[in-house]
Amino acid sequence: MRRNLSIIIVILMVGMLGVIVSGISFGEPVDHPMDRYFIENSQLESGANNVVTAVLFDYRGFDTLGEAAVLFTAALGTMLVFRRRREE
Amino acid sequence: MQMSSIVRTTADILFPFILIYGFYIVIHGHLTPGGGFQGGAVLASGVLLLLFAYRYNESTRIVKKTVMKTIESGGLLLFIITALSAMLLGAGFFFNWAASGGMIFGDLVAFGSTAANLNTGGLIPIMNLAVGIEVVGAISVILLALLSGIKEKI
Amino acid sequence: MIPEQIPYIAVILIAGIGIATLLLKKNIIKMIMGLAIIEGAANLFLVSLGYRIGGIAPIFTNAPDADMVLPTVQAMTLTNIVIGFATTALLLAFAMMIYRKYGSVEANNVRRLRE
Repeated sequence: MRRNLSIIIVILMVGMLGVIVSGISFGEPVDHPMDRYFIENSQLESGANNVVTAVLFDYRGFDTLGEAAVLFTAALGTMLVFRRRREE
Repeated sequence: MQMSSIVRTTADILFPFILIYGFYIVIHGHLTPGGGFQGGAVLASGVLLLLFAYRYNESTRIVKKTVMKTIESGGLLLFIITALSAMLLGAGFFFNWAASGGMIFGDLVAFGSTAANLNTGGLIPIMNLAVGIEVVGAISVILLALLSGIKEKI
Repeated sequence: MIPEQIPYIAVILIAGIGIATLLLKKNIIKMIMGLAIIEGAANLFLVSLGYRIGGIAPIFTNAPDADMVLPTVQAMTLTNIVIGFATTALLLAFAMMIYRKYGSVEANNVRRLRE
């Protein structure tokens, strides 16, 4: 019973993904002005040849700060799970 | 359990080359594909090679957990201080004040396809270095913690 | 569908495999693997959303004269990879703790022991 329900949910989710994806054409992305701005101005404004790095560390620096904080917290949590207990 | 001497010798020979490759990816993050996260992951894979090649007690004598914790915290601190340094000059958080400024990492860049010049990018190479240090510390700490959780230590 | 949309078909297949693993398997390690597979599908979807036919990587170092693919989705993909790594490490640590406490990583056994 539960297994059949799981299979139905899987089929439903895959179908939803298919409906979403079938409306998008591959190779012709939406020409957003933000991406055009990044490509045309990242070299002059941040001095980096690599546009992805310029986006990551300059335009969206807060994003990278949160990412580094998540990694730090994950390391902290893993350490906390395996801490040495007193009573053992 | 200890790996055979072939594995240990290969790990000893390969470790410096993996370090050099990781530092190359971190330092050239603003010029070529790569950056702080990718280079840090490569460096941490070198640490993982050492951890697997030797016994747990021997390898933790080289790769200490407290040292890795310090490296991780120091990387995150350097990243935040680099971002804060723009506020000393009156600009906003994360403002790239060193780009095209003529000082360190401050060469001017023309638009379009250019040759690689390491002395560009402003704060981006410093942030790449900080993130690389943080990632190698974090991944090493996670690996050491997971290894210390195994009852029969490899 | 049109054969030009092969990356999207691959995204649907990989995400379907991941969701099925997550829902049908009882082993906690296999469930974590299913989560990692879904993350891979999300990364592939993001990268293929920003692809432009005939485009080059958005790096200006000795670049040929051609259109560039969108850079923002690639930065988001990098964020996604790092966060996926962090969550996978934390989940594996919890799975190891569960095994140490109950002697099994099957979800059924753990639940029966708790009752």
